[in-house]
Amino acid sequence: MNDSQQHLEHLAEMRSLMERSTRFLSLSGLSGVWAGCCALVGAFFARNYLELQYLGGNNVTDLLYNRSGTSSNNGLGYETTLVLTALIVLAMALTGGWFFTARKARLRGERVWEASSRRLLWALLIPLATGGVFCLALLYWNLIAFLAPATLVFYGLALLNGSKYTLGDVGSLGLLQIGLGLAGMFFPGRGLELWAIGFGVLHILYGGWMYYKYDR
Amino acid sequence: MKDILTQLNPVFDHRNRLGIMSILAVNDWVDYGTLKELLNLTDGNLASHMKPLEAAEYVEYRKQFVGRRPQTTYAATATGKAAFKAHLDALESLLKMNEPK
Repeated sequence: MNDSQQHLEHLAEMRSLMERSTRFLSLSGLSGVWAGCCALVGAFFARNYLELQYLGGNNVTDLLYNRSGTSSNNGLGYETTLVLTALIVLAMALTGGWFFTARKARLRGERVWEASSRRLLWALLIPLATGGVFCLALLYWNLIAFLAPATLVFYGLALLNGSKYTLGDVGSLGLLQIGLGLAGMFFPGRGLELWAIGFGVLHILYGGWMYYKYDR
Repeated sequence: MKDILTQLNPVFDHRNRLGIMSILAVNDWVDYGTLKELLNLTDGNLASHMKPLEAAEYVEYRKQFVGRRPQTTYAATATGKAAFKAHLDALESLLKMNEPK
């Protein structure tokens, strides 16, 4: 029947409009893969260079119980270098992530900066900023071993919050990050490994899967 | 069949008006530019489809200034949402009736 055919088309279009007007769907899986690669490089650097140079191969847990010898090295201290490394990794991940997502939006004929992406950014920003200040407090009290787990927890909460406004898969990625972070709070010595799994491996797996599912 | 056809709301008898209501049904306030872009309509086109919806008091609007530029944002009224839902229900039963058995 011609009439119901037309109604069905209208319904499909309405569904798509509801989806597109509330969710930012141009988020690219490649952004995740890129962020994951940056995180792995950063974690590798932190483990093999920073911990060797500043802690003489001792685990970061030792810092918890024995503060002597932490910042005795020449130049910048361990904390400063670690935070600098983290900021550089973050900047690289965001720049590349922006690039791939902007490219996908362009290919889909959509804008990157629109109502739905602004809403997504706000949803991400508030838990992330809270986490940022929380981590500054950890640094202030010299609780370095809890930094990596704390970033995982707050990043996971941010993803879970943001998943309402983008591809739903982001929510389960958030839950996994929260789980890893909470585990890290009980095994502070394994923080960096868990961080590498969460920010590195999971990003690459999820990004690759989402690229396969939506982007091709 | 006749019964259901009379339940279809004539105000929604166009895909662009259905489109406007779909967007407003799931968002709080949406500005004119975003609506235009999502629906892929020209200024005049969107305005002419908004008029019957405004006349039926299915949508309300707010004019404000963002910096120096005036901006109009739209929202669906409670009446509008109810009418839209009734229209969708009617569509649904119509489609069910036409389903090949």
